[in-house]
Amino acid sequence: MAMVAAEQEMVTVRRRVPWWRLLWRDKFALVSALWLALLLVCFAIGPALLADDAVRVNLAARNAPPGLDSGWINLLGADALGRPLLARLVLGTRNTLAIAFSVVLVALCVGGLLGMVAGYLGGVTNALIMRFADVLSSFPSLLLALIVLYVLGPQVVNLIIVLATTRTAIYLRVTRAEVLEIRERVFVDAARALGAGRAHILRRHIAPVVAPTLGTIMTIDFASVMLSESALSFLGIGIQPPEVTWGLMVSQGRNYLGSAWWLAFFPGLAIMLTALSANLLSSWLRTITDPTQRWRLEAPRTLAEGGR
Amino acid sequence: MFGYIGRRSLHSAVALALLIVAVFFLARLTGDPADVLLPVNADQALRDEFRALNGLDRPLLEQFLTFAGNVLQGDLGTSIRKQQPALDMVLEAYPVTLQLAVVAMSIVLVSALAVGSLAAYRPGGVLDRVVSVSSLTAASAPDFWVAITAILVFSVQLRWLPTSGYGGLEYWLLPVGVLVLRPFGMLVQVVRASMIGALASPFVRTARIKGMAERRIIYVHALRNALLPSVTVAGDQMVGMINGLVIIESIFGFPGIGKLMIDAVFARDFAVVQASILVTAVAIFLLFLVIDLVYVALDPRIRHS
Repeated sequence: MAMVAAEQEMVTVRRRVPWWRLLWRDKFALVSALWLALLLVCFAIGPALLADDAVRVNLAARNAPPGLDSGWINLLGADALGRPLLARLVLGTRNTLAIAFSVVLVALCVGGLLGMVAGYLGGVTNALIMRFADVLSSFPSLLLALIVLYVLGPQVVNLIIVLATTRTAIYLRVTRAEVLEIRERVFVDAARALGAGRAHILRRHIAPVVAPTLGTIMTIDFASVMLSESALSFLGIGIQPPEVTWGLMVSQGRNYLGSAWWLAFFPGLAIMLTALSANLLSSWLRTITDPTQRWRLEAPRTLAEGGR
Repeated sequence: MFGYIGRRSLHSAVALALLIVAVFFLARLTGDPADVLLPVNADQALRDEFRALNGLDRPLLEQFLTFAGNVLQGDLGTSIRKQQPALDMVLEAYPVTLQLAVVAMSIVLVSALAVGSLAAYRPGGVLDRVVSVSSLTAASAPDFWVAITAILVFSVQLRWLPTSGYGGLEYWLLPVGVLVLRPFGMLVQVVRASMIGALASPFVRTARIKGMAERRIIYVHALRNALLPSVTVAGDQMVGMINGLVIIESIFGFPGIGKLMIDAVFARDFAVVQASILVTAVAIFLLFLVIDLVYVALDPRIRHS
């Protein structure tokens, strides 16, 4: 659905942009998409294939350096217990991606909904919601995470709640700002004149126009949520062992920095590549859907396509 | 304008009060300081004495009212751990964080504006492609990972710089270098995007037709219009930094507010936690106010009547 919309947009873009530029962009986006697809495969079947290898202690391969000397499974080296890094990386994909994705989704739903309500209703509701957002954003996010994870325990669900709380304000502000402008447009007046209710207008007329902007923010936010989660795990207040996430792996590898640099290096590299892929893909999406940052002018068309 | 500032202050005072209430009760949820600060084998009498001494034995509501009364008189309590006024500890640590943040943000602002404008001049050109990919890479790098990798390379292997500590210039190079990376990457994207938009707009064409010097068009006319979104993003990043550079400060051993806060939470030193959050929140409020005033200065169409 989204792909069809993207391709239709591409046709209009192609007239203005030289072909090599689109090709160039596609190549980076292609590599990013391939990397993310690979991660999805790891996400889906990785734990089933490699869960045993990832926890098997093999003293013969203790701190094995990257290379094929100790078999393909130790391609990226092994940790102090001889557990292969590659298998642990694949195993960590599930937690890392699942957490980041859930956080973005929760923040989007809560922030988007509150933002739409605040922007559309205005008045006291708006003031209340915006003060709430002020409190959310002036609360040091790391401290909030620390306190909540301390009180409720560092389970995955709590981590998601905490991270989502800190991201909600962004979606709220953006949505509200967009809605403030959209609700003054003629087609909203028309809908109102035809007797449409508030919920209907928000759902069928306003939400589809805000969606592309939120979509772009989501992709970028996915990267930063992943970075925040790994930072929390790195500080030792996020996911706890024996669970595996990339941030935690960097944190554990930090102690072996002098003797086994690969333990911290490769998980960090995986985080960076994934964040980079998300960012590259997002920037590609933006170019495809709105080359001059003036999508507002094309909003009715975006609405028609986004609503399919 | 003054009316606007007054109204903003009032709104923020409400938010601040809510924040303080939330922090007071949330911090107490983390547990009893007696568990952390007294020896494990401390008997009940010692515990009771400790709790009575620090006012922890009284009802929570009474503790809160005492605390709120003291805050209104400018007394933020005494650190249980250090037996120092909490406010003093916070005000001692804050300049370190502020210095780091201001140095890093100045570098980020100047370099991102210059690099972003250069890249936007020919969208899709070689320079633009190099800038886009490298700034995205910078924005995607996990700072803790870059920090420990940098320590490994520059301090452990090459032995050029100290691994951690607070002191002369050599202690600042790595932390600032790592800190600059992500904000720079993000800001360059914003500057580039809005400059491309500004350079494509009719007033730039008019200026060119008038025969205005290209440099003046870019750096005076277009940049001024592209500044607004950049100010928003830079402001957000500055807020993030003022909020505590926990990771950078704890990896590089900088005695700033982030390190103070995280240590205080782990030690259940409530007074210090509350004081740091209060001071941070006030600083953030002031920053938001400055950002709003900068908006007005940059764009005369925005009026806060």
